Amino acid sequence: MTQSVAKVKKTPPGPLEYMRRWPMQAWLVGVTVFLYAPLITLMIFSFNDSKRNIVWQGFTLKYYVKALTNESLIQAFTNSLVIAFFSTIISVVVGAMAAILLWRFRFPGKTALDGAMSIPIVVPEICMGVGMLVFFAKVFPWPQGMIWPLNLGAIIIAHVSFSFPFVAVVVRARLASFNRELEEAAKDLGASEIRTLLDVLVPHIKPSLLAGGLLAFTLSLDDFVITFFTAGPDTVTFPVKVYSMVRFSVTPEVNAASTILIVVTVILTFFALKFQGSDALTAGHGAADKK
Amino acid sequence: MEQSWRQAKSIFGLLLSAPLFWLAFFFIVPMGIVWLYSFGENRGLVDIAFTGTWKNYARALEPLYLGIFVKSLYVAALTTFLCLVVGFPVALAITFAADKWKPWLLLLIMLPFWTNLLIRTYALIAVLRTEGYVNQTYEVLWTNAGGLMTLVGLAPLGEFQPLDLLHNNFAVIFGLVYVHLPFMILPLYSTLDRMDRSLLEASLDLGAGHFRTLWSIVVPMSAAGIASGILITFIPALGAYLTPDLLGGPESQMIANVIERQFKRANDWPFGAALSFLLVYLTFIGIAIQGMLDKQNRGRAA
Repeated sequence: MTQSVAKVKKTPPGPLEYMRRWPMQAWLVGVTVFLYAPLITLMIFSFNDSKRNIVWQGFTLKYYVKALTNESLIQAFTNSLVIAFFSTIISVVVGAMAAILLWRFRFPGKTALDGAMSIPIVVPEICMGVGMLVFFAKVFPWPQGMIWPLNLGAIIIAHVSFSFPFVAVVVRARLASFNRELEEAAKDLGASEIRTLLDVLVPHIKPSLLAGGLLAFTLSLDDFVITFFTAGPDTVTFPVKVYSMVRFSVTPEVNAASTILIVVTVILTFFALKFQGSDALTAGHGAADKK
Repeated sequence: MEQSWRQAKSIFGLLLSAPLFWLAFFFIVPMGIVWLYSFGENRGLVDIAFTGTWKNYARALEPLYLGIFVKSLYVAALTTFLCLVVGFPVALAITFAADKWKPWLLLLIMLPFWTNLLIRTYALIAVLRTEGYVNQTYEVLWTNAGGLMTLVGLAPLGEFQPLDLLHNNFAVIFGLVYVHLPFMILPLYSTLDRMDRSLLEASLDLGAGHFRTLWSIVVPMSAAGIASGILITFIPALGAYLTPDLLGGPESQMIANVIERQFKRANDWPFGAALSFLLVYLTFIGIAIQGMLDKQNRGRAA
C-alpha cells in the first residue's frame, strides 16, 4: 500500500485526481485559512498580555483567571451546561420514540406528523424564538423566582422543541438497517412488546442515540437566538452572556472564555466521530438535507 | 413491513404520546399564537385583541419594510451565490481526494460549523474592526511602504487611513458567507461523491477540457445537490439575526432584526408576528420550489 502511494506520487496527476493539481490545492488552502484564521487568532490572543489585545506583548494566563473568576460568566456557563444536559436527555427520549413510531407503524395522519416534525428543523430561528417568547409570556408563564435549576425550565423546553426532530432523523436513519425478524423472534420466544423494544430494538439503535444526543447537546450549547427570546435576567446562558459582553467591547476575557468553549466543542466532535464514524459529522446537516 | 397501528394499540399509543404532546404543545401552539397575533391589534399596554385585521400585513408591505424584505432577499441571495462559488471547488476537491484523506477534509470543513455561532461572529469582529488584525497588518505595511518611499526619494504616503471593514454591508455579507459555507459544501459533496465517474472520464477521453466537462457533465449531474445546497444556505441566511446585528451598521439591518425590535423594544407584537409569518411563508415557498425541482429531476431520471 505504502509502496503504491509512493509510486503514484511520482507520476503526473491522473485526469480525475483534482486534489493533486495546484489550483485546487491553493483553493482548499485559501478556504481553510478563511475558515480558521479568525478562530485561531482569537485563541492565540487570549494568551496575549495586553489590554488592547492587538499587538503581541507576551504570554499570560491572566485572562483565563479573570474569566474563570467572573462569577456571572461562570454562572452563565453552568446554566448552559445544565440546559444542554436536560434538553439532550429529553430530546433523545422523545426523538427516539418519534423515530420508532414513524418507522414501525402505519397510521392515519402519519404524513402530517412526519411533515410537522420537520418544521422545527427548517423554520427560521427568529420565528421560533418569537413563538417561544409569546408562549411563555402569555400561555404558559414559567413561574418566576424558582430555585436553580428549575428556573431554567422554559429554556430547556424551547431547546427540546428544536432538538428532538433532529434526533428523530438520526435515529430513523439507523432504524432502516434493523432486521425486523429479530423482533418477531423475540416475540415468538415470549417477550412482551415493551421487552422486545427495550432488549432488541434499543441496543440496535444505541449508536444513533449517542450521535443524536451529541447533536442535541451541541445544538443546545450553540443556540443563541431562541434562548435570547426565552431567557430572563437571572437565566442567562453562555452565548447570551457573551453577546452582552461583545456588544460593548472586545476584551481578552471573552477570548479566553471562547477558547475554552472551542476546546470543549472540538473534544465533543471527536467523541462523536468515535461513536458514529464520519457519519456523525454530517448528522445535523443530513437532517436539514432531508427536507 | 410497516405494521398497522391497530395491531399494537398500547405500544403505538405509548410511542405517540410524548412526541405528539411535545410537538403540539411546545411548538405548534406557540407558532399558532404568533399566527393569530399577526391578525390582531394592540389594546392598551399588554393586551392584544384578535380582530382578524389585515392591517399588520398591509403595514409590512409599506415601502420601508418591503425595502428591508427585498434587501434581506438580496443579501441572502448574494451570500448563497458566494458560498456556491467558493464551496463548489472545495466539494469537488474533497470528492476526488484519496479515500484516507476524505474524513479529515470533511472534519476540516465541519469543525468551524460545530463551533458556537456567537464565538465565530465575535472572532470576525476581532479581525475586521478598526483596530483589528486586518487593519493592524495594513497599517504596518503602510508605514513600511511610506518609509521605503522616502528612502528612494519619493513623497511619503499620507496619513494612514484604516479600512472601514466593520459595521457595514460588506461585513454582513462576509460574516454570512463565513458562517454558512459548510452548509453549502456538504450537500454538494454528498451529490458529487455519488456521481458516476466513468462519465467524466468518457468526457475527458473524448477531448473535452476540464472546464467543459465540469460545465456540461458535472454541473447538470449534481443539479439536485446544488439546489439543496442553495436552499440550505439561503433559508438561514434570510433569517439571520446575529450576523447583521453584530457586524452590520444601521443601514444593514435585515428582516430578523426588525422582528426582534418589534418584540423586544417597540412592543408591537402583532406587527412583529406578521413579519415573522411573512418570513415563514418565504421559507415554505423556497422549500416548495426545491421540492418541485426535485420531482422534475427524478421524473427525468426515471
